[in-house]
Amino acid sequence: MKVLVAVKRVVDYNVKVRVKADNSGVDLANVKMSMNPFCEIAVEEAVRLKEKGVASEIVVVSIGPTTAQEQLRTALALGADRAILVESADELNSLAVAKLLKAVVDKEQPQLVILGKQAIDSDNNQTGQMLAALSGYAQGTFASKVEVAGDKVNVTREIDGGLQTVALNLPAIVTTDLRLNEPRYASLPNIMKAKKKPLETLSPADLGVSTGSTVKTLKVEAPATRSAGIKVKSVAELVEKLKNEAKVI
Amino acid sequence: MTILVIAEHTNTALAPATLNTVAAAAKIGGDIHVLVAGSACGAAAEAAGKIAGVAKVLVADNAAFAYQLPENVAPLVAELGKGYSHILAAATSNGKNILPRVAAHLDVDQISEIIAVESADTFKRPIYAGNAIATVQSSAAIKVITVRATGFDPVAAEGGSAAVEAVGGAADAGKSAFVGEELAKSDRPELTAAKIVVSGGRGMQNGDNFKHLYALADKLGAAVGASRAAVDAGFVPNDMQVGQTGKIVAPQLYIAVGISGAIQHLAGMKDSKVIVAINKDEEAPIFQVADYGLVADLFEAIPELEKAI
Repeated sequence: MKVLVAVKRVVDYNVKVRVKADNSGVDLANVKMSMNPFCEIAVEEAVRLKEKGVASEIVVVSIGPTTAQEQLRTALALGADRAILVESADELNSLAVAKLLKAVVDKEQPQLVILGKQAIDSDNNQTGQMLAALSGYAQGTFASKVEVAGDKVNVTREIDGGLQTVALNLPAIVTTDLRLNEPRYASLPNIMKAKKKPLETLSPADLGVSTGSTVKTLKVEAPATRSAGIKVKSVAELVEKLKNEAKVI
Repeated sequence: MTILVIAEHTNTALAPATLNTVAAAAKIGGDIHVLVAGSACGAAAEAAGKIAGVAKVLVADNAAFAYQLPENVAPLVAELGKGYSHILAAATSNGKNILPRVAAHLDVDQISEIIAVESADTFKRPIYAGNAIATVQSSAAIKVITVRATGFDPVAAEGGSAAVEAVGGAADAGKSAFVGEELAKSDRPELTAAKIVVSGGRGMQNGDNFKHLYALADKLGAAVGASRAAVDAGFVPNDMQVGQTGKIVAPQLYIAVGISGAIQHLAGMKDSKVIVAINKDEEAPIFQVADYGLVADLFEAIPELEKAI
């Protein structure tokens, strides 16, 4: 079966971002960009399904600027077969991204679509669920285990109280949580091979999708900072402070 | 303006996060209706009717809603939600699962995890793991919003007397089925509602050592959490994770034990009133946000702390 994986180019998770002085956004100039960590897990899961003989082809798609080709090449080096970039210089909301992905789903007809549960820049946690609604497919969000069995996929989900397992009819949408797998690193020969794999570029207009938004960002501010407090010398002093100064115990 | 709040519940009881979500609705202003979609959920509906400030409770009681499968619940919420100005749900794993699906059915953008209401169309929400706070304005006909519980003090669970009305609508979409669940059983308070949280990180070394934290927590009446490192290492289950992608907590007292303080962890706990860090590495970033830091071997400090309290 064909598996579609969506990946997003985001600021690297090790970067501590700074808010711009004019409060128009965060400063991304000269900041390291990477594949969103949850998307790496999505790519890895697809590759494992292919290694198990469950997936026959892995198509990776990204919606973003021209430079998102780097993240698509990374996914190709990790084992995806071909890539699609839907090029958009504007930052799109989740609904617009979901509509573009729906158009790609219509075109590619995958049996399984795997996405990260959230991007670590916008922290929205929306796109997979929206794509599932638009496609009319079932969704297994926050997955920690994915097992394809016949015309169904069993997804174990990380929920607030523990774990929940659901059986979804295929085609289905899965979004990844942290414990689904540990992504591999791309080997040098695979990085070289990935350069020759096909990468198609489309525009939102090619897919017949308009990407307007009803949400605008008025300003972006730094959060209230917490200043470091004091170091206590002993457990006894800590207990004394918590009892008499902070009065929390 | 009428606001629909999707209740978070277990069919037999209402989850506390519902009260924080109603509080956010009250800040927006207007009539507040609460939808309880579940199966044999009369008790939860009754509890919803008692919430202060709620004008009406809608109950959709159907076996298809028993496990909150989004394929079944989202079409119901979208259908009922058409007449409302806002649809709100708690940013719990359940709210996050269902609400974007509702927004897509309604063809509107969603605003995730608001922490403040500026006006009926303008909200604040954290981005980049809480390293920036965005103020966003929505011109959508229906504003679909998830609410971060720690941003809003809960309204009173008692005092209201809302009319309870049964509603029908969508049922089993036939796309998905509940197979099973493994829910953590604990006599300790729920992590996101606890007044005191004791969390352990990689420094705990193994799952067995968490017994020291459980003993301390039981003495304090606290919940026990963990950093991602401790969960990834298999020390404790995922439902204990505090952080950007785990649970967001803001207790009166947060005690971080053997946690270095990665930004992703800080995103989940830095709004706590008082933070205590116990770590043997005095350079650990957690000390930069801690009100009280103790540089010590946790295996000596924690038993001593337990005895001293």
